[in-house]
Amino acid sequence: MKKVTTDLTRENIANWKELVLKEYNFKANGSTIQCGHLHPLNKVKRQVGMIFQQMGFEEKPANANSYVESSFWNFDVLFQPQQHPARDAHDTFFLKNPSTAKTLHEHKEYLEKDKYYSVDRVFMNESVDRTHLAEFHQIEGVICGKGLSLGHLLGVLEEFFSRMGMSSKLRLKPAFNLYMEPNMEIFSYHEGFKKWVEVGNSGMFRPEMLRSMGFPEDVRAIAWGLSLDGPTMIRYGVNNIRDLFGHKVDLKLIEKNPICGIRLQGTDPDAYDLNFLVQTY
Amino acid sequence: MPTVSVGRDRLFEALGRTYTQEEFEELCFKFGIELDDVTTEKAIIRKEKHLEEDEVSGDDEIIYKIDVPANRYDLLCLEGLSQALRVFNGLEPIPEYKVAGIDEASMLKMHVKPETSQIRPYVVCAVLRGITFDEVRYNSFIDLQDRLHHNICRRRTLVAIGTHDLDSIEGPFTYEALPPREIKFVPLKQTREFAADELMEFYRSDQKLKKFLHIIENSPVFPVIYDRNRTVLSLPPIINGAHSAITLKTKNVFIECTATDLTKANVVLNTMVTMFSMYCKNKFEVEPVKVIYPDGKSHCYPDLSLYQMEVPLSYATSIVGVDLPGNEVASLLMKMQLHVEESASRDNVVVSVPPTRSDILHPCDVAEDVAIAYGYNAIPKRIPSSLSPFLLNQFGDLMRSEIAMAGFSEVLNWILCSHKENFTMLNRKDDKKTAVINGNPRSADFEVVRTSLMPGILKTAGHNKDHPKPIKIFEVGDVVLLDESRDVGARNQRQCAALYCGANSGFELIHGLVDRIMEVTGTAFEETPGDNTGYYIKASDEPEFLSGRQADIIYKGKKIGTFGIVHPEVLKNFDIPDPCSFVELNLESFL
Repeated sequence: MKKVTTDLTRENIANWKELVLKEYNFKANGSTIQCGHLHPLNKVKRQVGMIFQQMGFEEKPANANSYVESSFWNFDVLFQPQQHPARDAHDTFFLKNPSTAKTLHEHKEYLEKDKYYSVDRVFMNESVDRTHLAEFHQIEGVICGKGLSLGHLLGVLEEFFSRMGMSSKLRLKPAFNLYMEPNMEIFSYHEGFKKWVEVGNSGMFRPEMLRSMGFPEDVRAIAWGLSLDGPTMIRYGVNNIRDLFGHKVDLKLIEKNPICGIRLQGTDPDAYDLNFLVQTY
Repeated sequence: MPTVSVGRDRLFEALGRTYTQEEFEELCFKFGIELDDVTTEKAIIRKEKHLEEDEVSGDDEIIYKIDVPANRYDLLCLEGLSQALRVFNGLEPIPEYKVAGIDEASMLKMHVKPETSQIRPYVVCAVLRGITFDEVRYNSFIDLQDRLHHNICRRRTLVAIGTHDLDSIEGPFTYEALPPREIKFVPLKQTREFAADELMEFYRSDQKLKKFLHIIENSPVFPVIYDRNRTVLSLPPIINGAHSAITLKTKNVFIECTATDLTKANVVLNTMVTMFSMYCKNKFEVEPVKVIYPDGKSHCYPDLSLYQMEVPLSYATSIVGVDLPGNEVASLLMKMQLHVEESASRDNVVVSVPPTRSDILHPCDVAEDVAIAYGYNAIPKRIPSSLSPFLLNQFGDLMRSEIAMAGFSEVLNWILCSHKENFTMLNRKDDKKTAVINGNPRSADFEVVRTSLMPGILKTAGHNKDHPKPIKIFEVGDVVLLDESRDVGARNQRQCAALYCGANSGFELIHGLVDRIMEVTGTAFEETPGDNTGYYIKASDEPEFLSGRQADIIYKGKKIGTFGIVHPEVLKNFDIPDPCSFVELNLESFL
């Protein structure tokens, strides 16, 4: 006489020949796995870091890992005139304590070796909306050397985006930035939106700035700043930055998202971004 | 790598001094050879035949087994090895090998018959005149042939060496290829005559020779060398004739190398004659033999001329990585038996490659010898450009993975917060000496730079009241603390914090996470608290935690963090209805 059972157990394993397993419902999900999770932004950040390292960039956190920055480095070195609007209280956090012309850093580049990157928090004193926060993550890179051209800038950026598995269709728009000449905004063609979207800013540092920092005549530096949050929102289909970053996050979002870095089967690179935009949580 | 066995005492005698084993190993190491084993002939025989100690009679002389590079055929015998080391040690100049100047008419001749082209088309010959053998030299002479046969000759397929007592035979010689049945002679170590086809059958059971039979056995003609009296010198590549066999008493040696590869045949012949011409009456002198081909072309062997190679000085020194002047490069190369001509140009060295150094093919081989003579380990070290990880971030990432593996989910909170979230809501007072305060915040959310990860994590828990319990979250991130020693007046500090929120406090679970963090950072629990060898836990009294269920974490004598049940008033301030436990510690303490 065969026994019907739902499971193989310590008690019945010896008599396994006599057991009949009850039909399993393969239409239901399995049990929820109890496990820890890494934050999606940090998953993308790790991938960005790995790509830059593979491309020969060394990680150098901005301002030796200090969020508090002097006005000298935040503005003066970057050719920001005393009366420039960015120095106004509107954009920058000026500190009451410590008080001597300290700001929370916005942008800082390192020009000691030849190729550096950093992915770090920056601060902007502005109102918060669905795409803007007072804090965000910036991917910054700089290459310093002889014979560098805008071609190198385009080449590095295109390679980076292509390794990120994102559209590597890029174009540069002339722009104005005090410490950069030439200076250009970076636009990427978004296959999902079917339009060009701004993904960052870039250019070549002004020679006056490099000379004043002690670099020889023939040394040039190209640099860029890209958003980490933007690509992460696209990658994980998040429409509001506050759903991703900060205490208003829904923990389910952190718990249920795919890995970042390996292009999985069935994720064709162009359809890819769109796929995640239509995904809902 | 070929191994050469040489008698230790004879080697030391040739080197003009004795060495301890350690000293000799050091010399080998510098030169690029390796003392592989130290043994005796007795031990070798015992090992081969699996015999007991007293059953073996044999020499007790110590034998060094030395590994030499596979392209240095000149190191395959005691003669070449000791000479190379003598020159390397500066005891002796580079030997100058000469072909004896004898007139064409009195030169020995070897006539090549056209049929040889069907089976083994080349032959090169030379004579060592007035040689003095003793038992050791004789054995070395035989061993060298074996080693050459095994290595460069590719088990005799490319080249086969025959050596003969010249006084037992008479030139001119002929190199022919005949049907096997027509070749009849008494082979070495036999006493009766064999026809060549019969001999092949006979050797089929010979352990040593049977593996060479395939080289010719399917050919309609076999190669054979005769003297003018039709005495068979050899049936290459199988066996020599018994008639011309060399002995300890042999004074004049005729060497013939038959081949399918002429270049290798020359290397083999040159190696044989250069190594053993040191025992000739006229030291380092070799008598030539003229080889005449059916088309009338003739060549005299051996060719012991020096091969000139021009090497840009900068090429050689830049490979080594040391800036050396031409004369220094010249004296270094001298140690490696490479003679450098006085050069007209300062930028090039002209290297004369002797016939013993067939391994020198390209200037890079010269550069290698410059490096060996300079001493690989004396070269200043340089590091090619490489990337260094940023230690704090790397450590932070490793800890994030560990905590996630412990079942906690990562959150990422803002660094700016309101003044009351950072202080009063945590039951803390602002001592005005800790927190960076914004002068122009656009909203109350950005008044203060956080001094702890606690407000952000509590806010996250408060916003996720509907999430199934328990909630286990963590954050690794920077806080900013006032610091007068810094030019900007403040510094970042990397913290790690975790929270448990459920139906009960989860205090023991958070305590367990502290232990786990210590485990993965290799920190021992101090059985005797205060001995500063690891960490211990000590009851604390912080306002944000419940009294009696909170503790400081003391790492190597220093407080690095606190954990406890979050004070019910604090939970109420953050709108959290369920009990929570929380830990926060300074990650930088571990580095």
